[in-house]
Amino acid sequence: MRGSLTLLLTGVVLAAVAFYLLTAPAPLDDDYGKGLVADVAAGQLVFAAGGCVSCHAAPEAKDEAKLVLSGGLPFASDFGTFYAPNISPGDAHGIGAWSLGEFARAVTKGVSPDGRHYYPAFPYTSYTHLTAQDVTNLFAYMRTLPASDTPNIAHDVSFPFNIRRGLGLWKKLFRSDDFVLAGDVSAAVARGRYLVEGLAHCGECHTPRNAVGALKRDAWLSGAPNPSGKGKIPNITPAALDWSEADLVEYFTSGFTPDYDSVGGGMAEVVSNLAQLPQSDRAAIAAYLKAIPAVE
Amino acid sequence: MKLSFSIPFSVGLSIAIVATMGLAASHAASSSDKAVAARKALMQMVSYNAGLLGAVAKGEADFDAAMVNSAATNLNALAKFDTVSLWLEGTEQGAVDGSRAKPEIWNDTAGFADKFAALEKASADLIGAADLDAVKAGMGAVGGACKACHETYRGPEN
Repeated sequence: MRGSLTLLLTGVVLAAVAFYLLTAPAPLDDDYGKGLVADVAAGQLVFAAGGCVSCHAAPEAKDEAKLVLSGGLPFASDFGTFYAPNISPGDAHGIGAWSLGEFARAVTKGVSPDGRHYYPAFPYTSYTHLTAQDVTNLFAYMRTLPASDTPNIAHDVSFPFNIRRGLGLWKKLFRSDDFVLAGDVSAAVARGRYLVEGLAHCGECHTPRNAVGALKRDAWLSGAPNPSGKGKIPNITPAALDWSEADLVEYFTSGFTPDYDSVGGGMAEVVSNLAQLPQSDRAAIAAYLKAIPAVE
Repeated sequence: MKLSFSIPFSVGLSIAIVATMGLAASHAASSSDKAVAARKALMQMVSYNAGLLGAVAKGEADFDAAMVNSAATNLNALAKFDTVSLWLEGTEQGAVDGSRAKPEIWNDTAGFADKFAALEKASADLIGAADLDAVKAGMGAVGGACKACHETYRGPEN
């Protein structure tokens, strides 16, 4: 009896140790960003391509006010409601006191400066692909934006999802540094892959999710229910999207579809952002979308 | 035997007739359905005329002053349509099949009107456009007007 109790306790302790080890937040390489020089103007384009404003501006903010990244926008999900945090350069509640390393670890690894996992509502599973140069430029640009002292709103997430440490396991299973479109591709497709799978994180809305909220990589960009509960987010694989590359570039520039419908909803802001990028980037996204597998 | 057969048959026939009438009634377009269809017709006219101008802007069609002027004039007239008879209360997405109208249309009538005013202005600037560059510049504003309205007031694909 005593022996089996000891065994049980040993098992519990071993399981706790295993959980602790498996869920440990990943560190950043010590020499991250070393020798890189920040380019604020380039950072503005990284910021646009990343669409940071769409989630982190205050709800209902318009025009210039959108550059005040005070957060507060709610995101309802099956796991609870997440609230976008303040990522303005405010010292008290923003990221004004963060180092580049802390910022890079947050963006690419989903780990806060105090070593806690972020929920994947923050698309670090996409941003894991970002180059250190882009992160460096982005950080420099974001420091030029207006500071806000708006406090963050605590996420409203129920058990067991409120145990952040458990997200370490989720990351082990679902966070990958490998691109979905694997292998050697042309320079244009590679650039499009970097933008679509990484920086612009298109898959976060256009790819369906599994029961625990991870993107189904085998159904990449094949469409998903709209989180609003109304309508759907379209399949943009070649199975459903038969626009030419020129049509796609036009859409990313003016917002017009080939039959002169126009972009709308959340995609309207995405197009406003893409329109700021060089033409070659929009063409690269189009080339990538033609290169991915068709998924019905 | 014959009697016991004929009664259920007549009852069945009555049910069938009533059911058919019901089905017919449900197929007859309601005022909501008609409003949604009319809105789509308006938008089709907008996209047709924007398409004529867009083809010129993209270099797919030659600049033809009369055609550009006509398309811009029509676009301008379409932007002036009064929205009240078209966006009937209770015809938002989810309430009527095929509708993608967001509740903001009725919660923010001034904002909705502003979007149409923006298209009216953008299309007015294209009336009498003198050359290809004028069409290109004007279409940027038209696209911006379409996008701004659809961003706030149109829901996702059904």
